[in-house]
Formats: sequence, structure tokens, C-alpha cells
Amino acid sequence: MLTKYNKKVNIPNIIIYIILLLIVFTSLFPVINTIAISFSNSSKASAGVVTIYPIGFNLDSYKKILQETMFFNAFWISVKRVVLVTAMSFIITVLAAYPLSKEKKEFRSRDIYMWILVFTMMFGPGLIPSFLNIKDLHLLGSLWALVLPNLVGQFLIILVVNFFRSLPKELDDSSSIDGAGPWQKLFKIYLPLAIPILATITLFIIVGQWNAFFDGLIYMNKTSQYPLQTYIQQMVITIDPLKFLAQGGDISKIGATVSNRTLNAAKLVVTMVPVLVIYPYLQKYFVKGIMLGSVKE
Amino acid sequence: MHNKLKSIHYHIMLLPAMIFLVIFTIKPLLGSVLAFKKLNPVKGIWGSEWVGLYNFKVIFDIPNIDRILYNTVFIAVMKIIAQLIIPLAFALILNEVRKLWFKRFVQTVVYLPYFLSWVILAGIFRDIFAMDGVINKISGTIFGTEPVMFLGSNLVFPFLMVGTETWKNFGFNAIIYLAALTNISPNLYEACDIDGGNRWKQLLHITMPGIKITIVLLATLSLQSVLNAGFEQILNFYNPLVYESGDILDTYIYRMGLQNNQFEMATALGLVKSAVGFILILIAQKLAGKFAGYRIF
Repeated sequence: MLTKYNKKVNIPNIIIYIILLLIVFTSLFPVINTIAISFSNSSKASAGVVTIYPIGFNLDSYKKILQETMFFNAFWISVKRVVLVTAMSFIITVLAAYPLSKEKKEFRSRDIYMWILVFTMMFGPGLIPSFLNIKDLHLLGSLWALVLPNLVGQFLIILVVNFFRSLPKELDDSSSIDGAGPWQKLFKIYLPLAIPILATITLFIIVGQWNAFFDGLIYMNKTSQYPLQTYIQQMVITIDPLKFLAQGGDISKIGATVSNRTLNAAKLVVTMVPVLVIYPYLQKYFVKGIMLGSVKE
Repeated sequence: MHNKLKSIHYHIMLLPAMIFLVIFTIKPLLGSVLAFKKLNPVKGIWGSEWVGLYNFKVIFDIPNIDRILYNTVFIAVMKIIAQLIIPLAFALILNEVRKLWFKRFVQTVVYLPYFLSWVILAGIFRDIFAMDGVINKISGTIFGTEPVMFLGSNLVFPFLMVGTETWKNFGFNAIIYLAALTNISPNLYEACDIDGGNRWKQLLHITMPGIKITIVLLATLSLQSVLNAGFEQILNFYNPLVYESGDILDTYIYRMGLQNNQFEMATALGLVKSAVGFILILIAQKLAGKFAGYRIF
């Protein structure tokens, strides 16, 4: 019926497709432009004439990155941070979500815990008290300052709680009869069923941690301690290329074919790569997880 | 008795989350009392002397406080409006597409920017909007315009923030609308077809009423971000030239607190912001519950 209708009025269809293709182009252009610049000849890139394909294709800026130990140092710090937070936060989230998914009559303190989680989510500590706290704990400059404060994600816990609650209650009752305790129930029954939502929160954590830059900026003391995003922020964004040059930065050593612009673009591209690699999974599980997590009783 | 035994296991499961929450969230939250003290660097927050409301009085003496407040609310509200309308318009257009593969392709592309950090995106956009960037180059070639310093213009800066954030998030924000659209029964469209209703009539009488509740929900919930103009974004984009139009509460707190070491005043300002933000959240949740039957858990 709809196809018949569509045949009758074809012009709006074409317009719709054109609009959508324009939207697609707008979404992709900044990323493609950066990739194109990173592979371009530096003088063409400096002139601002590179659009969606490289002009004077070369790999010089990537070769230059390979020589930058600081870049890889920062990359490695980010990897460590992502792995540590993901592993620890995953366990903490799952463990906390299970008891909170119980009815009040089963677990009487449930509401108090829930209240604490929701309150701290809505009324977080300010920037300065958080900074002084990390300082008091003597964590400034330590990798743990980027890990430990990020372990409890109230929103993620609530997502998993909502998912656990959407599972049929009979599941719990039948396994109780078989004599399974809370731990067996969580690990043997609930976790295998929760894989989609667990994949979602894992990806949430990975992307969030990979992309975080601000804690690195305020909690770390020197550039060699920076995670990648903070390093990029300092190198690419905060430093004015002209000032950098005037202060005797090592741009002169880079050589004539690599301008700051192409090198910066290449750094941005390398920083994006991990997100682009897991993007197919991100796409699949984010949408699914958001729908699953929003299931209410 | 059985329940009590189980409760102990539940408490143990919640213990790791609570430990980290106490050390890294609740303790600094209590540390906000610094707003009522004068920091003694040796004795720390807890041993410092009380000064009553002195630090709050200092806030009113900030020369540009009204400007900062205005910037915050202006940028935040503009973002709220744009991020309600653009994703909706996009979802409605996409919903008209019958070819599934094309729909998927568009979705896959437009979700991407959501997962990229502001550090990367600011790096990309600062290059694109630079004086010698590709936008100025193209408009110069086609329209013969003089290069514009977009990121140094107080006229352009707030809109650039609204635009880039909407660009980043619109695809992802459309997910909720798209889900609501799929819940509308196809029978309604068929009935409308038989009655001779055209596409426009369908939109007006079936689609819009079908997702009205979703729109209301998102609109009420967005109230809670009236003071959040986008700290990570603006921190990566702004510079002293655009403080007049781009300096917001969060960036000001950061500069005063951690760069000028005015810990007490920055804490006080942060506390005021958190408190007002908390009230806004409560109101938004209440309204969302009333008008759209929403609850967080």
C-alpha cells in the first residue's frame, strides 16, 4: 500500500535522500578532512586547500610520530588506564547491581544504597574539593588518580539494575529451590543472560576512559605522566604553533614536508583509531543497551 | 532468618562500590565545606578556620559574574533547543526512508561523532575554522569573502559551540525518537492512506501524536542541563579573545581555582552551581514523572 503511494509522489522521496546524503556528508567531512590532511604534502595542507582527499600523498607525518617517544608513552598510559578501569569497574558494577535489583522485602537496606547512588549522581563533588582530595591522598602524578575515582559509575549500575529487574522473577525462585546462593545466582544465572547490557556498559567505560582528558590535566604533574588525550590537548590545542616556533620548538627539525598541521592531523587520527576500531561494536551494543537499560518494571 | 543471611552477602557485594564512592565522591562532597572556610595549607580542609559566608560575598564582587552567568545559561539553553529540534527533524526525515540498508548506512555514519572526544573534535574544528582553514578557503574562493577568525569572534563563538555540539550528538539523540517512531502501529498509516491522507497529514495526525510523549519527556529532562553549557567542549575551544562570550561558570571555576589558586572562592561558586543544578534535576524529574510517567529506576 505504501509502495503504491510512493510511486505516485516521487519528488519528495528524492529530496529526502538528498537531505540525508548531505547530513551524512556533514557528519563525515571533519573526520575525512583530518585524515586527508594527515596524508598530504605539508605546503598544500598549510594552504588550506585539502578537502576530502590527500594532495601530494605521503606518510611523512606518520613516520614523524613513530619517532616521538612521548606520544607512545602517552598512548601506553591511556591503554593502561582503560584496561584497569574497565576490569575493576566492570566487577564493581555487576556486584553492586545484583543486590540493588532485589525487591525491598528481600533486601531491606536496598533503598538506602540506591538513595546514596542517586544522590551522589545528582549532586557530585566540585572541582576544587575533588582536586584537594586527590592531593591529600598523595595521588597527584600517579596513574591511580586516573583510575580509582572512575570506578563507580552510578548511571551504569542503574542501567544494569534495570536490566536485572526486567528478567523474569521465576528465574530466581526456581534456582533458590535448587539451593543456589546469591553468588551462584549472580554468576551462573544472571550474568550469562545479561551479556548484551554488560557489553554495553563495557563499551561505555572503554570509550569514556579513552576520551577522558581533564583528570590527566589537573592530576598529573608533568607531560610524561599525561594520558593520550591530555597530551594531545596540550600539544595540538593549547600550544599556539607560532609561539611554539618562537620558543625554539623542534618544528625546524621536522623538515620541509611536514608542517605542524599535517603532524597534528596525524596525531588526531592515531588517537581516533581505537574508537574507530571498536566502532562497529559500539554501534551495535549502544543502541541495544540503551533500549534494554530503559526497560522498566 | 534466611533473608538476614542473604542480606549479609548483598552488603558484601555492595562493599567495593561503597568504599570507592566514600573515598572519591562522598569525602570530597563533604570537603565542599571549604566554601565556608579559609584554607590552611598545613592543616587541610578539616583543620581550616571557618569564615562564614565570606567566600560567597567574594562571588558577588567578581567583575564579570553576570556576564559569565549569562554566557552559561545562553549557551546551555541554545544547546537544549537545538538538541531537541534537530534530532527530531532528523528522525522524522529518516523515518520516511523505506530502504532499510540506506537507513542503516545513514545511522552508522551519524552516530560516529558522538564517540569522539572533545579534544579530538576541537583539534579538528579548530583547524577547519582557522583563518587559513578549509572553510575560509572555500568561502574565499567561491564567494570572495575575507577570512574570518571564527574562534576569535565573540559574535560567532557561542553559536559555534551550539553548532558543533549539536553536530556531535544529533544522531545519537535521535535514537530515542527513532525507537518511539517504530512503536507507532503501521495500521494507523494504512488507515490514513485509505482515507486519502497524504504524507503531511500522516506526519501531523499520526506521527507527531505518536511521539508527543517522548518529546515532552526529553524537553522536561533537558531542564536539568540549564547550567551545563559544556565544560570539556568550551575548555578545548575557547581562548582569551572570546572570554566575553564563551567564558562559563565551569571554565571560570577552573581558571580561578586551579590556575589562580583561589580555592575557597572557586569552591563556593562550584557549590552554588551544584546546589542549583541539583534543584533543577529534582524539578525536571518531577515534571518528567508527572507528564511522561518517567522514573529513573
